[in-house]
Formats: sequence, C-alpha cells, structure tokens
Amino acid sequence: MSPSSLPIIRLDGVKKSFGAVRALQGVDLSCHAGECIGLVGHNGAGKSTLMNLLAGIFGAEGRMAIDGVEMTDRYSVATAQSHGIRCVFQELSLCPNLTVAENARVMHASLRGIGWRGRAGKLILDKLDQVFPGHGIAAGDIIGDLPIARRQMVEIARAFTVTGAPARLVILDEPTSSLDAHLASQLLAYVRRFVSEGGSIVLISHLLGEILTAADRVVVMKDGKVVAERPASEFSRSSLVAAMGTVAREEGEARHASREARDTGKPRVRARTSEARGGRELIAHKGEIVGLAGLGGQGQSEMLIRIFDAAKRSGRDIEVAGDVALVAGDRQNDGVFPLWSIAENITISSLRRLRRGLLIDRTQTAAMAADWREKIGIRTPDVDNPILSLSGGNQQKALFARSLGSTADTVLMDDPMRGVDIGTKQEVYGMIRAEAERGRTFLWYTTEMDELKHCDHVYVFRDHRIVADLSRSELTEEKILQSSFEEVA
Amino acid sequence: MNAIGLTPRLLRSLLPALSLVALLGAIFWLQPRAMSYVGFNLMLNLAIPIAFATIAQMCVITVNDLDLSIGTYVGFVACVGATLLSGGVAALPFVKDLQASGALPAVLPWIFQTPLAGVLALLLGIGVYALLGALIHWRNLPSIVVTLGMSFVWLGLSVLILPVPGGQAPQWIKSLMTLKPPFIPFPIIAAAIIAIAAHFLVMRTSYGAVLRGAGGNPKAIERAGWSLLRVKMTMFALAGFFGMLAGLSLVGLTTSGDANIALRYTLLSIAGVILGGGEFVGGRISPVGAVIGAATLTLAGSFLSFLRISPDWQIGAQGAILILVLALRTLIDRAEKRR
Repeated sequence: MSPSSLPIIRLDGVKKSFGAVRALQGVDLSCHAGECIGLVGHNGAGKSTLMNLLAGIFGAEGRMAIDGVEMTDRYSVATAQSHGIRCVFQELSLCPNLTVAENARVMHASLRGIGWRGRAGKLILDKLDQVFPGHGIAAGDIIGDLPIARRQMVEIARAFTVTGAPARLVILDEPTSSLDAHLASQLLAYVRRFVSEGGSIVLISHLLGEILTAADRVVVMKDGKVVAERPASEFSRSSLVAAMGTVAREEGEARHASREARDTGKPRVRARTSEARGGRELIAHKGEIVGLAGLGGQGQSEMLIRIFDAAKRSGRDIEVAGDVALVAGDRQNDGVFPLWSIAENITISSLRRLRRGLLIDRTQTAAMAADWREKIGIRTPDVDNPILSLSGGNQQKALFARSLGSTADTVLMDDPMRGVDIGTKQEVYGMIRAEAERGRTFLWYTTEMDELKHCDHVYVFRDHRIVADLSRSELTEEKILQSSFEEVA
Repeated sequence: MNAIGLTPRLLRSLLPALSLVALLGAIFWLQPRAMSYVGFNLMLNLAIPIAFATIAQMCVITVNDLDLSIGTYVGFVACVGATLLSGGVAALPFVKDLQASGALPAVLPWIFQTPLAGVLALLLGIGVYALLGALIHWRNLPSIVVTLGMSFVWLGLSVLILPVPGGQAPQWIKSLMTLKPPFIPFPIIAAAIIAIAAHFLVMRTSYGAVLRGAGGNPKAIERAGWSLLRVKMTMFALAGFFGMLAGLSLVGLTTSGDANIALRYTLLSIAGVILGGGEFVGGRISPVGAVIGAATLTLAGSFLSFLRISPDWQIGAQGAILILVLALRTLIDRAEKRR
C-alpha cells in the first residue's frame, strides 16, 4: 500500500446546496487504501452531506473519481456498492421489523435461493464475533426488540460483511454514539485491524479522543469547507478544537446593551435536565434571552418541550411562571398549517382573545394579522394568501408573529432560524431584542455561534446535561466548543 | 431472565390462535352438533374467500398502505368468473340481449365463446393493481384515496358486466370448492394451504424480507440499492392476485355472480389482518395470523347465530369481538413495555 497508489475515491472542488443553504462549498478529499481518516467539525459543517455524497444518495457539482475513473454523473448507490463503499449512517438504517439475518440479506442482493436465511445469519454473526466478541446477539432476533447499542452493533457489523463486492471504504458516522466505552474500544480496535489489512475508513465523531487514537489523518470541516488536513499525530485535543472554530472572527452586530448582573428575584423558568446527575439548573428571568447551546440533539429540544409541557401542568424539576409559546424549528412538521392563510396561521394562538361570543371576530383577526405584517415585515401583498405562497424565511416570520402576538410571557425557540436567509435573521434578532426589553423571556436553542452572541446567558448541553453555564461576558466560541466536546469520564 | 421476557411476546403471537380456539369452544358448547365434518364445512366454507381477501389486504398493509377497493374488486372478479370465464364474451348478458333481438347471430364464432376472455380480464385486473402501486409510489399519493376511487371503478365495471345477479360459475371451480376429502373438511385444508403458501411467500423467501423491510424502513431499503417502485408494484400485484383467488373461490361457492356480493370484504379483510396480529404501519404482519383472523371473523357470525342474535345486530356484535381481542393485545403490549 504505497501512498502513491490511486485513491479509492477522490473529490475535487465538490459543491452542494440545499435551497439557500450552501452545505458544501468546494471540498477536496481523497481516501487511500490502508488509512483511517478522522472527520471532525461542528454541526452544520457539512460532514453528513459529504457522507451522503460518498454513499451515492445524491449528486453534487464538482469532480468525483473512483479508482482514478471520473464518475461525476454516473455515481449512484449501486456504483458505490459495487466499488465497495459502505456507510453506517447516524440515524439507524436497519428495518426494525426484520430479524438480524434478514437485515443482512437486505444489503446483499446475492443472498438468495434455498438456505439464504442460514447463510445470511452466519455472515452477520461471524462479523459480529470479529468486531464485538461476546456480543450476545442471535441471528433470529428482531431488530426492534434489541436495545439501541446492539442495533448499532448490528449495523456496524453489517457494513463490514462481504459477499459479492468487497468492503474497501467504510464510512462510519458517529458510530460510537450509543456504544459504551468497552464496545467503542472493540470497534476502534477493529477499525485499526481493518485498515492494516488494506481497507480504508472515514470516521466521523464528536469524541476527539477517538479521532486522535484511531485516525491516521484528520480532516477538519467548517462551514462546508475543509479548513485543516494534517496527520493525526500533529494534532492535540486543543489544537483540534481551535481548528474547528475560527480564531479571529469579527464581532459584527453583536449587541452592546449587555446586562451583567442577573436578577436575583424569582425566575420565570427554573428547570433541571431529566438526568439530573451532575447537571446544573437552567434559570431564566424576566426580560432575558437565554441560549441553549451545544452540539445538535444533546437534549436541548427535549428541554424546551418539557418546559412547554410544564407550563400547562407543573412537571417534576421544572417551575414555570406565566404562559409560554413555542416557535418550532421544524417548520414543515410542527409549525405551519399548510392549507391555511397567513392570517389564520398568525392568529391561531390568540383566538381566545379575538372572539365575539362563540364566533371568531373577523375584523379583529384581520387587524391583528395586518398589524403583524407591518411590524415584522412579512413580504406579501395580502395576509389572506395561503401560507405556502411565502418563502421559507417569511413563513418563519409568520410563526414568530404567532408567538410574539400571543400573551405568553416566555417564548421558547427550537432552532428557529434553520434555512432562513441572513437578512430575515437580522430583522428577527432585532425584534427578539425589542421584545426582551419589554419584559419577555426567550429561551433559544441554536447551534449557531452568531446567534448565541445575542443571548444574555448561555447553557451548554452535552449528553442531556448542562455542562457549562456562561454569562455574556464569559461567552467565547472556544469555551462553547470546549464544553461541547468535553468527554464524559 | 430471557424466558420471562419472552412471555408477553409469545402470548401476543398466540393471541389470534387462542381467540379462535375460544370462539370454537363457545360454539361447540352452544351447539355440540357443529363439531362434525358437515358442521365445519358449513361454518367455514365462506372463510376461504375471506382468507384470500385478508391475505390480499395484508400485502398492501405490509407496505404501509390500505386497500379500500378489495371488496368491490372481489365482486368484479366474481362477475367475471360467472360470465367471461365460463362462457366467454357470449356469456355476457348484454351480448345475449343483442342475440335475442337478432342484432347478433344465434351462434357466435369460437373467439366469442372461449373462456380465455375471462383469463385476460383477470390478468388485466392484476395489471391494474400493479399500476396502482406504481402510481401511489410515483406521485406519493395516499393509498386510501386512490383505492377508494378505484372501488367505484370496480363496482361500475361489475355492474356493466352483470347488471343483475346471475351468470354461472365455471364447473371446475364449483367442483373444486365442493370437494369432500376424507376425514378433514375441505375449508380447513384450504385455509392451511393458504396460510402456508402466504407465509412462505412473504416470510421465508429472500425477496420477501426486502418486501417487508420496505414497510419497516423504506429509506434503508432504498439505501441498500433496492427499487421501492418495484416493491410497491410487487405488493399491489400480489394483492390483485390474492383478491382474484378470493373472487373465484367465492363464485365457486355461490355458483352465480353479483356486483354487490363482497362489499363487506373490505372491512372484514382489514379486521382480519389486524386481528391476526398485523399492524397498520411498520411492515409487521403475520400471514398465518391473518388466515386465523379471517376464520375467527367468519366463525363469529356463526357464533352469533347460535346465540340467536338477530342479523341486524350481528355486525355490531362482530365489532365488539374485534374490540375485545384488540384490547387484549394492547394490554399485552403494555405489560411488555413495563418490563
């Protein structure tokens, strides 16, 4: 395996956009046989997009070559498979209603004919024995009945099984996220063995220790670009963290009116995470903007939902004073009523106030909608147009209008700016600021550093716990990254 | 520890069979004479078409869809079976009318007499089902809407073929359905064959695993390089095939066709799948359970007759039995979760 041999896969200036979001902005990457590449980066850096690209799930602009052969337009899931490129996705891609053996069959078209069940079972169990000795999984177990760690073990082992096409490049996206330390070390040992036998691995992980021990070369991504690429031995944990964040970043329009001293009065929201061990309390006072930071899916959204529920009937560990409103981040699923007009979407939370007897007061609702269109600048000629006639950013503005127009004292925001353009963002930031000065409290989950700069106080979540509690003056990108990647002993 | 953990799951998979046994026990207690060759034949005869229809519905439910047209489709097949399949185009009532009025000669050439016309019509039916599957996948349409619309199409076609009840089932189907094998009544043998064949087809074959996987996690199936379009078309075509068998076996029992003969089959088939341990989403199905569910629903009718409950109340009482069994299943599920 001389390093000069042809790379299994080579990307050259690959770009990919989803609507207004530019997920990849010119990425160069090559994977050679006999090496393990560690891929790190903050949320939204483009790692998952890159991986889907390698798996052949969607195409992109730019050049892509496999074994030195140009593949740009012909690349698909089938070509990826026939060239031995396998993926273990972050969200599990096993069929929960099938057995372990049947899931192995789903991946291997050649497992057919009489006795396929036995062969599939042997194939997957042999690999499980190799990767995770003493795994305790049977071929006939139904995936849905297995605990999440075992499901992940099956999925990892399945990616390494070989029938027709060889397994040459295996991409592992957060493979250890549900494995305990013992299983994780078994996996990393297998990764090293696979690499020493001439295979190639791309390891995506948030656990920097794993990356530094298992990888030969580390690629750091940020904002859809590769910002650093060096042998793993040249990185340390802190230099890796430093590479992920930009060292010099213009402070821009961060707000100046900072409130140093926190109120000592009774807080509006006081909450503990459900796994309280070692966790701190989240406290939000009147007129504060409180940020919930950390990597995606570390329990921030769950926290907001629990606070929302607790406002109706008080929950364990959570005290909420006054009403709350929620701005959903998943606009299409949790936010808009797609068949309703803009006005109806804005006024739905306030209908209690807009009644005349049993009926809805049309003049009042129309007035409220028109009022908010002015205030928040929804770009539409008529608020009676369907909500879907608006662009994504303007739909999000309508959702903000719904929450801000209600009488709620506290507004919960679940990463509300996903896919919103920069201009709209600035307008909404201003509004949040103004509303907070009028005494509203905001709880804001976001993964974007720029947005945290608008917060008075930031709690960093990791593994469903609050691991850091930063006031405005203490807030730096370094600190948030450090605590986000802090490894739990 | 593992053995204890398995108990609710085992109980759950045994529930369809246990409800069938309980129902049979109740029937025999009410009417001991039902426990005979003739008794079984009478009680379970109609279970054969219902079992076929249930398997057809199960195929569609496997891929997270629902077929609301299966009842009228079975009726359509019955009408085709009673006309085109027994006497060719010449057996159609409107052709006979034309002959009577003298517009057509009294003796038609071979091509109008051949039952091949019936075979062709039935194959077209299956083809339409496959195309529906393709349409539902391709345009991402709700299957309930598409099949609800199709149910009127099938009903209209049936009325065109057979405006009033009548026709004549082909002799070979009639003699097959009235077989009297020694010792074991025919409906029981037929039900066992249906259950085993369907089990083999979707549970044991290697492509069957892919078909069921498409109900459990379609994205995973697609990522593994399978065509979801092909999966949907296969499942809908299988539904069309089993629906055809339901219609043919039904017309073999009734000996003549009627457009409205099987309207109840739509809901019976859905109930049968669920009663047999299947679920509406997630690809969790059981062909053996579905056949047992179909038999249970058929026997529930006999049971209520033995109780002297008037037919007006029978459908309601059947519903009550369904709710009872499903409530038991929910209880078992809850016990499983608490573990």
